[in-house]
Amino acid sequence: MRKVLMGNHCAAVAAALAKVDVVSAYPITPQTQSVELLAEMEASGRFKGRFMRVESEHSAMAELLGAATAGARTFTSTSSQGLAYMHELLHWVSGARLPVVMVEVNRALAAPWNLWADQTDSLSQRDTGWMQFYCSDNQEILDTVLLAYRIAEQAAIPAMVVFDGFVLSHTYEAVDVPAQEDVDRFLPPYQPRQQLDVKRPLAFGSLTGPRDYIRLRRRLDGDLRRSIELVERAGREFERIFGRRYGLWEEYRCEDAEALLVASGAPGSTAKEAVDALRARGRRAGLLRLRAFRPFPAEALRRFVKAQTPLAVVDRNCSPGTGGIFFQEIKAALYPHPAPPPVYGFIAGLGGGDITQELLEEIWLEAADKRAEPGAARVEPVWMEDPR
Amino acid sequence: MVEIRFHGRGGQGTVLAAKILAEAVLRFGQAECLAMPEFGVERRGAPVTAYARVSKGKIRLRTRIYEPDVVVILDPTIGQSAEIAKGLKPSGLVLINTEHSAQEAAAAWSEARVICVPARAIALSLGLGSAASPIVNTAVCGALAAVTGLADSAALEAAIRASVPEKPEQNVEAARRAYEYCRETNHAAA
Repeated sequence: MRKVLMGNHCAAVAAALAKVDVVSAYPITPQTQSVELLAEMEASGRFKGRFMRVESEHSAMAELLGAATAGARTFTSTSSQGLAYMHELLHWVSGARLPVVMVEVNRALAAPWNLWADQTDSLSQRDTGWMQFYCSDNQEILDTVLLAYRIAEQAAIPAMVVFDGFVLSHTYEAVDVPAQEDVDRFLPPYQPRQQLDVKRPLAFGSLTGPRDYIRLRRRLDGDLRRSIELVERAGREFERIFGRRYGLWEEYRCEDAEALLVASGAPGSTAKEAVDALRARGRRAGLLRLRAFRPFPAEALRRFVKAQTPLAVVDRNCSPGTGGIFFQEIKAALYPHPAPPPVYGFIAGLGGGDITQELLEEIWLEAADKRAEPGAARVEPVWMEDPR
Repeated sequence: MVEIRFHGRGGQGTVLAAKILAEAVLRFGQAECLAMPEFGVERRGAPVTAYARVSKGKIRLRTRIYEPDVVVILDPTIGQSAEIAKGLKPSGLVLINTEHSAQEAAAAWSEARVICVPARAIALSLGLGSAASPIVNTAVCGALAAVTGLADSAALEAAIRASVPEKPEQNVEAARRAYEYCRETNHAAA
């Protein structure tokens, strides 16, 4: 059924459809409504899981660590400082191989105080061993939460579903809310490989020496890499049931493109308008919209790029001293490469600045028209802003 | 694509007005609508902006609206007309909640087509909000539907019932009165 929902409510509706057993969360702008709605649904009996109220994000993730160890399907959501406060527990959850699913609504980190969209919060957790999927519209938020449970439980690796604060979290649009029976077909009940059970005692997270520790880390690294196949398989299965296809990335008018925008999140939606506008003016623009950041689709990217097609990577994030994080990851994925494309990095929209169609067109032109310059791609990012 | 920018104050239901429009457009079944609040800190009485895009196909632009086709003013004391009308397309439309006539109000809006609706009076007569803080959003949505044709009154009334937190019948009636008012007064004038 089609309903008008804000992005945050899409996340909550999806968690309820996934028949989550335990929700534990602490509110923070702009994520608040994603758990507020679940609390209301629990109070009115429409959500049958348990909502655990806690005093901090650190405790929220600690609750889910315990609940998931006991075999529960779990959900939480947070943003910015809340995610930073959870950091320690993120490592605990992935190390314990628990498939917790968390919605992460991108918001800039202080100081200075700022409430608006910026991906530096989620991307600063890239080394925690969590999967990360970036959404560009409200339908994709709802669908990706469902996909995340399936992939996370198959891989025994936790997953973050990430989207832009306000631009998606607070925006209303019509989305197709799937029927419960279809969701049940796609997402069977969670069957933990091992769980806390007083009748069959086990030790969890015990002290390990280096011989075990390095093997467990190697296994997590390998499993996270191999989860690429699970992402693709889940996407095909999802399409079979719901008719919508999601992969590691989305290609838009790439076939004959002279340069490609590379974007993620809501700007990855606006970028399609930029591509069409450039094409209408006779320029062959294309877009690669990244969805999966972890697992990072490095092999697929290496096969996809062409030496004569520059990439213009748009980062709404910054790792101070090294620049845009998608820019860094893409360059790392393409080394060494027999015929690498020039890769240009652009930082835009930090702290909620609008990444407009016009700005994206300008970014594409920067990359497309600098092709003839010697020295190939830049090492330092270009900082861009729409003056309005 | 029709791009609409709403200007109001915190507490008047400005963001909800954009959401009601999205609900009404869905129910009307002829287009898609995306409704976005301006990304601010909500405070009662502070200026609030919201945006809505309505289009036949999927809406992919996820940005603020800089060159609206329609500017909707829920609170006439919100600011200078030049500031509120910034970027308004030359053929654009200004819909104002005011008891002044369109001819009087038009003086402040040199180039735009101006439509006035006494949303405050309608809201207060139905007990929506207080004299200091009338809830005018549903009346304004009625006027907007009448002048743009983006939804009919049946779709709008269903959208209001699904969206307002209280007094659904009074809100529906406010929209109906404003809808009728704009059909009779402004269309006749235009």
